[in-house]
Amino acid sequence: MARRFRTTLAGFTALAVVALSGCGGDDTAEPGSGNASPGVSGTVTVFAAASLTESFTTIGKDFEAANPGVKVTFSFAGSSALATQINQGAPADVFASAAPANMKAVTDAGNGAGTPTTFVRNQLVIAVPKGNPDGVTGLTDLTKPDAKVALCAEQVPCGAAAKKALDAASVKLTPVTLEQDVKAALSKVKLGEVDAALVYRTDAKAATADVDGIEFPESAGAINDYPIVVLKNAPNKTAAQAFVDHVLSDTGRSVLTSAGFQAP
Amino acid sequence: MTALTVVRDEPAAGTPMLDAHLVVDRAGFRLDLTLRISAGEVVALLGPNGAGKTTALRTLAGLTPLHRGHITLTGQDLDRPDTRRWTPTERRPIGVVFQDYLLFPHLTALDNVAFGPRRHGLDRHRAREVASGWLTRMGLTEHARRKPRQLSGGQAQRVALARALAVNPALLLLDEPLAALDARTRLDTRAELQRHLAAHPGATLLVTHDPLDALVLADRLVIVEHGQVVQEGDAATITAQPRTDYVARLVGLNLHRGRAAGHTVRIGSDFSLTIADRHDGEVFVAYPPSAVALYPRRPDGSPRNVWPATITGIQRHGDNLRIQLAGPIDVAADVTPAAAAHLHLVAGQPLWATVKATETRVYPAAPGDRNRVE
Amino acid sequence: MSLLDDAGAATRPEIGVSSHPRRRAGRVPLALLVPAALGLLFLVLPLVGLLVRTPWTTLPQRLTEPGVLTALGLSLQTATLATLLCLALGVPLAWLLARVEFPGRRLVRALVTVPLVLPPVVGGVALLLVFGRRGLLGEWLDASFGITLPFTTSGVVLAEAFVAMPFLIIAVEGALRGADTRYEEAAATLGASRWTTFTHVTLPLVAPGIAAGAVLCWARALGEFGATITFAGNFPGRTQTMPLAVYLALETDLEAAIVLSLILLVVSVAILASLRDRWITSP
Repeated sequence: MARRFRTTLAGFTALAVVALSGCGGDDTAEPGSGNASPGVSGTVTVFAAASLTESFTTIGKDFEAANPGVKVTFSFAGSSALATQINQGAPADVFASAAPANMKAVTDAGNGAGTPTTFVRNQLVIAVPKGNPDGVTGLTDLTKPDAKVALCAEQVPCGAAAKKALDAASVKLTPVTLEQDVKAALSKVKLGEVDAALVYRTDAKAATADVDGIEFPESAGAINDYPIVVLKNAPNKTAAQAFVDHVLSDTGRSVLTSAGFQAP
Repeated sequence: MTALTVVRDEPAAGTPMLDAHLVVDRAGFRLDLTLRISAGEVVALLGPNGAGKTTALRTLAGLTPLHRGHITLTGQDLDRPDTRRWTPTERRPIGVVFQDYLLFPHLTALDNVAFGPRRHGLDRHRAREVASGWLTRMGLTEHARRKPRQLSGGQAQRVALARALAVNPALLLLDEPLAALDARTRLDTRAELQRHLAAHPGATLLVTHDPLDALVLADRLVIVEHGQVVQEGDAATITAQPRTDYVARLVGLNLHRGRAAGHTVRIGSDFSLTIADRHDGEVFVAYPPSAVALYPRRPDGSPRNVWPATITGIQRHGDNLRIQLAGPIDVAADVTPAAAAHLHLVAGQPLWATVKATETRVYPAAPGDRNRVE
Repeated sequence: MSLLDDAGAATRPEIGVSSHPRRRAGRVPLALLVPAALGLLFLVLPLVGLLVRTPWTTLPQRLTEPGVLTALGLSLQTATLATLLCLALGVPLAWLLARVEFPGRRLVRALVTVPLVLPPVVGGVALLLVFGRRGLLGEWLDASFGITLPFTTSGVVLAEAFVAMPFLIIAVEGALRGADTRYEEAAATLGASRWTTFTHVTLPLVAPGIAAGAVLCWARALGEFGATITFAGNFPGRTQTMPLAVYLALETDLEAAIVLSLILLVVSVAILASLRDRWITSP
């Protein structure tokens, strides 16, 4: 329901953006040539994976500061929902996905302009309640019979990654729940309903007040790539490319790595 | 079993089965009346709409609490605010026939009647036997399995009566039991109801605004207006000597209040009627509309009570016409259609009215009757 | 003719007879017909959208997938249990609201509708805060009786009941307020206590309203997603109901999601239609 609600919001945002860009229409600019900052204006609409919420908001502010006259609008949601919206014609400029599969759905439908670039990677950690009361040190601790563990469902990227990591470690684990996204898995830890959950390092870091993230070696076998692309039907291609360039720049990278992402 | 068998420790002779003083205050209305009903007696509470009849019935049933006064049935206080005595409806030994019967639509006629006995502790089988007996007495044996919506008005009325009687109530309450029926059914049902009420050993209170129901069904009439008893007595007394305009209209009499001195009764400031007998002091003068004769011109003959009048309304009344007249006194007169045609009666027409002194009935007015008749 | 100012009641009914039946049946005002048609379109078009995109050829194959039937069975089971729970608790509450004057009744009535206003996910979190492992009651339930509700089928029932109960209460309260209370008075004069009156008179009288409320309640429970996934989590065979399966299918496979939705839709409509026939044919 939350997701449905969010997508509706995204839809409204998109509509609002259409209305706005209709007024300030700036379609005359030619596609940019790498260093795009001069001549960029209007609004950039970025559809980004929910796990990018904090870091992309910061990057957006930086980008607006560096390019006066540009406004960045975000729609944060699950990557698959965003991919569906884009393929159904949502007027977005940029798509940043938390998984290559969702990006593939967009590019396969012919909605990407050029090849997607992997801009960060994310890795799983074991999220446990603050202070690690059960003394969890690795995946095998989660297989104890009375341990309650939340995983993401296999259909979503964090679940797929968890499965890969568990398979790589040959650990058999029976979770009590397969959550619909990483934030939901994390909140089960926060609320104390489960003893541990496999989540992204970035998510654990964002929730550092309530949870600890325990690194485990097998996560190296399940690293998640985050690709980004300018969309073919982007209403403001120039600014879109400029934004992507900014994400890939050193300024952008440092924001992302400080949030717990790894450079590709 | 309780109420089925309890019912009657026969009250000592002279003690009424129901002794009630009902006081209920509402915004702009006060009910304040005293009721006494003996075992086997049927009392009709008769009055115009809004007189408080239904409120009185509801207090007896425990559906509306008293503000003051008391309800004592077979020696037990059911409601007495002074001492905080209160018996809830379901524990009162009563039976109620509601105006539109309120038969439970989801139950058959039989189960409607068995409902009360069942609640009073009989098992399903026994309760149905009792109910079946009552339906037989009502002549409804073939209709026992029908739902209320499949019953005619008269049948539903009898089922409702059977349902109320099936718990052997010490006090049977009937709220306008015939009002929902058409004229023809009413006639039959009234006769039958009279039979059943006469057979009921407990006290019976019948609330109605129909004088005919009251006269046929009741042993005694209590007439209420504005929440107060204005007259009570048997049918003969009330029809002969009405004490309010309402009662006079009910029994079809012209009624005036005045001050008698010998053979003259002074009515209002400047009108008097001559009467046959001698009377002194405050009196009522009553005479039937048929005693009023109408003339196009002032008659020369013997009648001493002659006054000019104007026609304000003409209605059919049985085989005759009832003429409403305005003048020094407002009266109704009955004339035959032939006479009416002869007189060419139309509204607004001036006439002369007369009434013979020997046709008038005169009886003293009690102080309490003041203000009830103009 | 003016002699008789009262023409007599018998001659009057002709004038007062209500309109001809033909006129009543025809001529629906356009001002009602147009929005009604638009309303229907608005409700039906999304369904058409689903049908258009349905991959009919793979439908039988999807149905035989083991996870689908499990989720469907669990959905039907939990929605039914949730409805029973709502009936057991909601009908008495509706009765209280409709029949008993008590201070704060308006507030209680407003509180009852809270689950309607609350986003279901928030409802799920709220349930966790009460019945969860660290919850107000959950901790005590666990310690005293070893009962844990999150991540269990009971938890699904609880979450569905929480979200669906207002539908039942509002429908039943409406029916109770519409019912003629004089029947209850009549029952009292026949010696029925308030409880007997409730079970023998009130309930049968408002049975259609209760049935309508139960249907609404069941339908809402069947479609419940947010509170369920938040409170009971998602685990196939235990807490994964159809809406959860649909949602997760949506992540990877739009067509699968459509097929699952359609199955849920067809089954629920079939059940409701058969129940409805039953109620109408048996008096």
